[in-house]
Amino acid sequence: MSNVTLEVRELTTKYITRFRENVYAVDHVSLKVEEGKSLGISGESGCGKSTLALSLMGYYFAPLHYTSGEIIIDGRNITGMDPDDIRKSILGTEISYIPQSAMNALNPTQKVIHFIEDVFQAHDPCKTKKEIHEFAKEAFEALGLPAEVLQRYPVELSGGMKQRTVIAVSVVLSPRVLIADEPSSALDVTSQKMVIKMLKSLMENCIIKSMIFITHELPLLYNVTDDIMVMYAGQIVEKATAKEAVFDPLHPYARGLMGSIIVPESGLRDVKLAAIPGVPPNLKNPPAGCQFSERCKYVQPECMVRSIDLREVGAGRAYRCIFSEEQLREAYKNG
Amino acid sequence: MAEKEKLCLSGSGLTKVFGFGRTRTVAVDHVDFDFHEGEVVSIVGESGSGKTTLAKMLLGLISITEGEICFQGKKRDIRTQKKKREYWKNIQAIFQDPYSSYNIFNRIDAVLLDCIRMRVGRKLPHAKRIEMMAEACSFVNLKFEELTNKYPFELSGGQMQRLMIARIFLLKPKILLADEPTSMIDACSRATILDMLMQLRDEIGMTVVFITHDIGLAYYVSDVVYIMEHGKFVESGSADDVILHPKETYTRRLIRDVPKIHEVWDLSTV
Repeated sequence: MSNVTLEVRELTTKYITRFRENVYAVDHVSLKVEEGKSLGISGESGCGKSTLALSLMGYYFAPLHYTSGEIIIDGRNITGMDPDDIRKSILGTEISYIPQSAMNALNPTQKVIHFIEDVFQAHDPCKTKKEIHEFAKEAFEALGLPAEVLQRYPVELSGGMKQRTVIAVSVVLSPRVLIADEPSSALDVTSQKMVIKMLKSLMENCIIKSMIFITHELPLLYNVTDDIMVMYAGQIVEKATAKEAVFDPLHPYARGLMGSIIVPESGLRDVKLAAIPGVPPNLKNPPAGCQFSERCKYVQPECMVRSIDLREVGAGRAYRCIFSEEQLREAYKNG
Repeated sequence: MAEKEKLCLSGSGLTKVFGFGRTRTVAVDHVDFDFHEGEVVSIVGESGSGKTTLAKMLLGLISITEGEICFQGKKRDIRTQKKKREYWKNIQAIFQDPYSSYNIFNRIDAVLLDCIRMRVGRKLPHAKRIEMMAEACSFVNLKFEELTNKYPFELSGGQMQRLMIARIFLLKPKILLADEPTSMIDACSRATILDMLMQLRDEIGMTVVFITHDIGLAYYVSDVVYIMEHGKFVESGSADDVILHPKETYTRRLIRDVPKIHEVWDLSTV
């Protein structure tokens, strides 16, 4: 039994809109990330992927509010902790987060070294500037970034370099868990590969213990992570190893997602891309039954009325559907 | 490919140079191409290879430093605003970022009405205009009744990009230039968008020029692929030839860098 670095139990968070409506963007999500493993989260836009990432840090600010559930990082329950304490003792040291389009978050008037000084000022104020500079230089070289980047301004760097700089800055305190939200979606394929290589080397060199990787690009997830979780309307609909999730998805939605994979391999042109018709439900007034019922090909009258529980099948595999494994496989075989 | 296809857009020695002296940058360097009618052409390259500059030249948004563009066999003439508008009836574009493609002050009706005005003129009864707009919206699976009196920013990215296609449906141009139309939207809506573009191509027989860095996408949609490196076309040919049997190392690298699911994605080669 390996160490669990991050465990989340039935976490529910909601947005409160201007009109006092509750939008449950993360709905009873449970997950476990073991040491040395990476977890991928996929789903359409607006399925709650990014909100889940934000919620995992235990640091909430309006309009996002905590409702229920527990977050345990390395055996330490951080739910209910004072936000200030979380900021000081959890963020950056235990759990680090790279938001979407993070490369635009670099302050254009500051040199890269300043961002690292900033991190140390918040977490370890006794370090002198000289120590920080030496440390930063070592850290950047270890991550395969040239040390002269430290003295550059963000505008002088290319997109891929900026993204890698952001990652480097976010891991200077060696967090246990790194949450990367679409770290490569704005980059071209070559820079994307460099970013992925860097993330992988972080894991291999034990700078971070585990990683949560969020993207809608399934081929990428398949190559990067050990496990894949598919989200739909704030809920987990499928949880499986990367191989199973891509080649043998159980939930109809997960299967629909797999139909949208584009890779430059022979045979691609013969397959017709299958899009899932319709749009995700509006979570201000979600459907009564299964969230996916409105778009599901195999919908049953029962799906419309009762909510479906996550079914555990085998080790670490789960899906949210009323049909059994065999029934689903049979249905997919017949098209 | 069909026997003798009509030439739609062609360029010879097309060059664009930005700046001069020390800052002189050759963005597009003497490229030649022939796009035929009804073809789907992809231009693939990494960022900074000059794809978008080429697209802007084709659209007539920036001037050409050297070389010429021929449209339907004749030399393109867009020296006056009137001629430019005439040219734009034949060539239209979808851009990468749907969020910045719309005028935020105009309602969606206005966007579509503009297209109708450009195509058939102002003298059209109100009912007919509504009918045309509803038809265009239903083509892209949007409901016109839900869209009237809305502003573009009230839509999601995928919906905005679909509305862009609805515009193209109304305008029925000869050429559609799609500059990374799916890079800002998720994989699931991407399939929908691509399907619609292909359907539109079949319906009105237009030429589609796809500009992308994703070689998988290029392979899926196109008949002909041009690979662009540092402003030059390094390889071109039918999609099967170029992508399944690449000759240039640059093309091989582009293919290698895309994550795959049936083959091993080699991370050691960056």
